[in-house]
Amino acid sequence: MATPALVAESSALRARGPRGRRRSLTPYLYIAPFFLVFGAFGAFPLAYTAFISLFDWNPIGEQAFIGFDNYVDLVADPRFWNAAWNTVVIWVLSTVPQLAIALVLAAVLNQALLRFRTGFRMAVLVPNITSVLAVGIIFTQLFGRDYGMINTVIEFFGGQRIDWVAGSFSSQFAVSTMVMWRWTGYNTLIYLAAMQSIPRALYESAEIDGAGPIRKFLTITIPQVRPTIIFTVIVSTIGGLQVFAEPLVFGGQAGVTGGQSRQFQTLALFLYEQGFRNLEFGYASAIAWALFLIIVVLTIINLALSSRIASEK
Amino acid sequence: MSRTIDLPTADVDESAPAAPPRAPRSAPAARRRRRRAHGRVGWFTYVVLGVTAFFSLFPLYWMFVVASNDSSAVNRVPPVVVPGAQFLDNAAQVFEAVPFWQNLANSFIVSIAIAIGQVLLSALAGFAFAKLDFPGRTALLVLVVGTMTVPLQLAVVPQFMIINELGWVNDLKALIVPGLVTAFGVFWMRQAIDNSLPDELVDAARIDGARNLRVFWSIALPSIRPAASVLGLFAFMTAWNDFFWPLIVLNSPGAFTVQVALRQLQSQAYVTDYGVQMAGIVLGTVPLLLIFVLLGRQIVGGIMEGALKS
Repeated sequence: MATPALVAESSALRARGPRGRRRSLTPYLYIAPFFLVFGAFGAFPLAYTAFISLFDWNPIGEQAFIGFDNYVDLVADPRFWNAAWNTVVIWVLSTVPQLAIALVLAAVLNQALLRFRTGFRMAVLVPNITSVLAVGIIFTQLFGRDYGMINTVIEFFGGQRIDWVAGSFSSQFAVSTMVMWRWTGYNTLIYLAAMQSIPRALYESAEIDGAGPIRKFLTITIPQVRPTIIFTVIVSTIGGLQVFAEPLVFGGQAGVTGGQSRQFQTLALFLYEQGFRNLEFGYASAIAWALFLIIVVLTIINLALSSRIASEK
Repeated sequence: MSRTIDLPTADVDESAPAAPPRAPRSAPAARRRRRRAHGRVGWFTYVVLGVTAFFSLFPLYWMFVVASNDSSAVNRVPPVVVPGAQFLDNAAQVFEAVPFWQNLANSFIVSIAIAIGQVLLSALAGFAFAKLDFPGRTALLVLVVGTMTVPLQLAVVPQFMIINELGWVNDLKALIVPGLVTAFGVFWMRQAIDNSLPDELVDAARIDGARNLRVFWSIALPSIRPAASVLGLFAFMTAWNDFFWPLIVLNSPGAFTVQVALRQLQSQAYVTDYGVQMAGIVLGTVPLLLIFVLLGRQIVGGIMEGALKS
């Protein structure tokens, strides 16, 4: 994302002189594989999705042009709004605490004299190398109604067993927990990297003014890592709104619909259900573009919000 | 997206002059260490980190516990909390339910092919962006970086149609070819080559008559070995854990990768037996855990370095 830096650097290189054969095709051959792969499996399909969304397109049956009917149907489809709402709830529940915890953990890990530093860093990262499928199965067991560890603990403290899968908030909470568990450590390391490049002098002068650790965290650390916060917010928005595997696994056999009554079906799952279960390629493509729109809008909102919040602190 | 990308970096640039280069930082820190006693890390920090480490590791520990016990032991109140002796029995049932050797082999083939392909092709492109001069270089590099923000999962319907046209459904090529080169890889390699390969060395090789490909192979590649291995590791792990795309393009059990086979195991069981499911995910996770135990330090370093670059 260091675009302007790249620009500056490479123009400096160019000033060095025409070492590389200017008119040679060689450099283009070297970068061609990326553009071929991206074009064939990325850019073209994305554009083609828009085209297909204008058809009643069944891969086995007929393809008929229907204009914007898929979108009209989509707006009138309660399953779409349900999935959109679930997606946003799961995304908020998983992203906000995740990034907040990651910020604090990074600050804790950033202490110069910390022991077992590498050990702790590796410990927080382990969840991230675990596959989404493994995460899904482990947490589905942990959140089990009858024998799950979480209910056992709740009961031990005098609470009631919860049927996590059945409820709509409880199931979304469980799915969010999986996302959070897998990504908190990763974001912690990203923040930690940013915090390590904050000049020590800033902290030292704050200490002379008598600032405590919390004050230093709020007035120095957070403003200094602001670009990184914005970066992680954008990445988590784009990724978090496409949550797919966690709810699929959590639903077991009813995974594709996100539970018996669609209580935790996300938009990515709804897309998969329509496209690859019901073979409604046109409708699925309309869902894809709707999700794309939601991602773009929420990314822009977040960008505005996070840059403002981070700069106020 | 390029306009939005400018924002964060502008700030980095402002603060950059104030930031001392990495090495001298330890000197004032050491001085401070001597001067101020309360620079020491308090016990509370270790409690916080201990609790964090517990929550990070417990689910994985639990995976081993359930995988190695009889269902009845796990389904007791209070449940058993230590590993048992049933792992092989549970694992045997995994191999009965799905062709798991085949699935493991598929995952290895795909992940290794993608790791090698990504390292070589990304390095080649990175080399061109870092050391060769050609019209449109900057614009193309910006384009590469920009593609990282495109949610490609949304294009899955036509992606599947293309694979279908190519006749690659149930063929591992459907997984390998689209994963051969990534924007992240190109960017990563460009930075690595830019940082560790002096222009003088390239010029010297050129004067000796080396052609571009030769400079790439005998000078650029060896000079970026650490960065290349980190990228290879990332590529391997990402490919190994990939689930959505394999689920779309594979539909016969013999072609499944580990992740898809495990989903099959979960969703087709008439009776939920977590012992068997967990035995399956242990088998599917252990390769990555082994890599992590051996090379975790490099992986942690790679992620933190990647954060600074982007």
